Amino acid sequence: MTTSSNPLAMMALDDLRVLEIGDERGAWCGKLLADMGADVIKIEPPEGDPSRQYEPFADDEPHHERSLFFWYYNTSKRSIVMDFDDRSNADAFLKLAGSADIIFDTNTYDPVGRLGVDYHQIMSDNPGLIWCTITNFGFGSVRDDEPQTDLTLAANGGFAWMNGYDDHSLPPVRGGGQQAYHTGSNYAFMSILTALLHRDATGVGQHINVNINASVNVTTEAGSYSWLVSHSTVQRQTGRHAGVAPSMPSQIKCADGRYVNTGIPPRRPAEFGLCYQWLEDEGLLDQLPEAALLLVGAELESFSLADVFRGDNEELLAIFGAGREAFDLLASKLTAYEFFTKAQNFGFQVGVIHSPEEALEDPHFVDRGMQVRVEHPELDREVIYPGAPYQLTKGSWAITRRPPLLGEHTDEVLDKL
Amino acid sequence: MPHHVKSKALSHLRICDFTGQLAGAGATKFMAAFGAEVIRIEDPSNHGRWDILRGMPPYVDDRRGPELGGPFNNHNVGKLGISLNIKTEKGRELFERLVAISDCVTENFSSGVMRSWGYDYDALKQIREDIIYVSNCGFGHSGPYEKFKTWGPIVQATSGLTMSSAIPDQPPAGWGYSYMDHTGAYFMAMAIMLAIHHRNRTGEGQYVDVAATEAALTLNGPVLLDYTVNGRPLRRDGYPDANHSQFPAMAPHNIYAAKPVPGSFDEAWIAIACRNDEDWHKMRDVLAADGCDWASNDAYGQLSGRLAAQDELDSQIAEWCLRRDPFQSAEILREAGVPANAVQTPEQRIDQDVNSSEARLWPTIRQAEMGRLRVDGIPAHFTKTDWSMTRGAATLGEDNDYVYGELLGLSQDEIAGLHEEGVI
Repeated sequence: MTTSSNPLAMMALDDLRVLEIGDERGAWCGKLLADMGADVIKIEPPEGDPSRQYEPFADDEPHHERSLFFWYYNTSKRSIVMDFDDRSNADAFLKLAGSADIIFDTNTYDPVGRLGVDYHQIMSDNPGLIWCTITNFGFGSVRDDEPQTDLTLAANGGFAWMNGYDDHSLPPVRGGGQQAYHTGSNYAFMSILTALLHRDATGVGQHINVNINASVNVTTEAGSYSWLVSHSTVQRQTGRHAGVAPSMPSQIKCADGRYVNTGIPPRRPAEFGLCYQWLEDEGLLDQLPEAALLLVGAELESFSLADVFRGDNEELLAIFGAGREAFDLLASKLTAYEFFTKAQNFGFQVGVIHSPEEALEDPHFVDRGMQVRVEHPELDREVIYPGAPYQLTKGSWAITRRPPLLGEHTDEVLDKL
Repeated sequence: MPHHVKSKALSHLRICDFTGQLAGAGATKFMAAFGAEVIRIEDPSNHGRWDILRGMPPYVDDRRGPELGGPFNNHNVGKLGISLNIKTEKGRELFERLVAISDCVTENFSSGVMRSWGYDYDALKQIREDIIYVSNCGFGHSGPYEKFKTWGPIVQATSGLTMSSAIPDQPPAGWGYSYMDHTGAYFMAMAIMLAIHHRNRTGEGQYVDVAATEAALTLNGPVLLDYTVNGRPLRRDGYPDANHSQFPAMAPHNIYAAKPVPGSFDEAWIAIACRNDEDWHKMRDVLAADGCDWASNDAYGQLSGRLAAQDELDSQIAEWCLRRDPFQSAEILREAGVPANAVQTPEQRIDQDVNSSEARLWPTIRQAEMGRLRVDGIPAHFTKTDWSMTRGAATLGEDNDYVYGELLGLSQDEIAGLHEEGVI
């Protein structure tokens, strides 16, 4: 298990000051910046960011400093409180903006309008400033004042249409973990980095207009290009790619009741041979009369998958069927985790379907440093957070501080302006 | 900014690019849209078929072949394409000359492929001291699963994202596509640009290890802390429950069947979310005005009451949703201030939603053999260096003359000779 940070190490973005003004839609973008070393100053209203009131709470005790939702998205940031309805704060806001390299906002609090400051003046006084706006439909959209949430954006932008079950009497499924907001924030961070590299080369900043609905739309793989290229529409299927035509199931329940995704079942001569060997290793050959077909498959000259898909070669179809039968039988005898690791050791692209907490505790991810301990001194405890989404060898990722208390840094930030 | 003007945001950068499929190709596609010179290297001995998407459906017409696949084109818009057989001596020499004039080398092979060619980070650094080498593979380049193979659904399965996409008493629904191929590419693009900024500050290049499974793990959200702090796993009775909202708690919050849209599919769905009591009171008024007396039930006035009776509330709302098509109901609710949208089909969101045209989201490009067609654009616009997409994926070796001729200074005869020998 790794500790959260080495205070002496340089971090890739520790030359940057960022103002975060907004709600949960942009908080993930702020975390991506802050965990790479940027000094992200989250400007909260006097009552605090709304997500401080969100479940779950530490020990299930509701309190604005105990929201695990807020904690998750606000590591490594500082917090100041500023009341945008008090125009005497305009001067401090302008000084903060003048000291910033990046501002990003979700168009929630409208500091410009409420404080009566001039956006164009801010941009011309600080010509290197990158100001990124993250909104549901893009700043200035005719739809931008509509009420929306992560769920309704996932429905509008295409996630929901593609996720669900073979049984279409069951509803489409959103997916866990607020991925519409994540996707908007991912594009915001990529866009900010793009503008930053341009600024590194030229000194020039600019405004970026990020659209969450559009971000979801272009994160749908075949859902979009099937329509764009051939005006065909994919349909949802249990545990596998939505398709224009139905495909074979790829999710199997194992002996322990947990599932694996079988990915791509055996389809090459060598793989039929390995599948046979796996059955033999497990002592299961006598339970699968079709196993002999796998040996036939192993001896085949190479063939095209098109020959299989055409569906008129009965021998090939029987061999492929035997491969699937073998996987089903193996799964019925093994736990999901055993099936996964054994299959992968034979070279099959199979995945155990972990719950999020099982993934966090998986020996591979533990070995890779994906459990990071962060001190929460007020609660006298260490909290385990997930680690780095990418491993830079220089200027690398770290959680530099626990999420900030409300207004914890107001004085130290404003006094230095 | 007019879309045919090439962005100058990243035009000072050159990427020597082995990425493919979507998990890698998506990263350099983003950077190419902002002007980076991405030189995509493909093996002529198998017509670039390492990238299994080359030539895969859908197709624009009846023609088939490695230059005619829709997905490959979509993910490689705006990149240059060269052919190069790195297993030949002359191919290695050309590759090394390319590295010497590039800022980054990028790939998403299985772990160990570049090393087997003799090009790990140390070898690349010998060629160019400040090179940035970004390698993206499913489980990363160390640890017990280093040799394990993945594609999108396997990444999603092992990281928790498949399991958390489900409704109660059903198996995992998962993601109906490779969400983590898209998103793994986003994290790869971030990693590349972070390393370039670090180089801009220090002069140092570096090696970056991107594991799509780890990026995915970080996307699970607060459910992870509910476990590490409260000891509450997501694998428990009644969960996952992805169409309801636990974090934060909301009700009603679901996807409901609606009356089919005329001329579209025989199923239609609407997503509705009441963020708080105020939203519910607005929705209650809409329902009450439409003859739903049950909506005025006092027990529903506060969130705790709606959560306690969530299943009954859902079935009552479901009855109302069947009265109209989802676009009609969503408009009524949004007018009242309640978040709601149809679960849009690809046609509806791409061709009928005003936001697609406002966002200029689906640019038309031209690909040498497929002709003009639309592709996924970028969901952001910049005031000074906006993106553009005009040219589709390069055909095999389409840019050999420019790269080998203009950039590396080879003569036409030399290029022709290399082609003859199967080097390019």
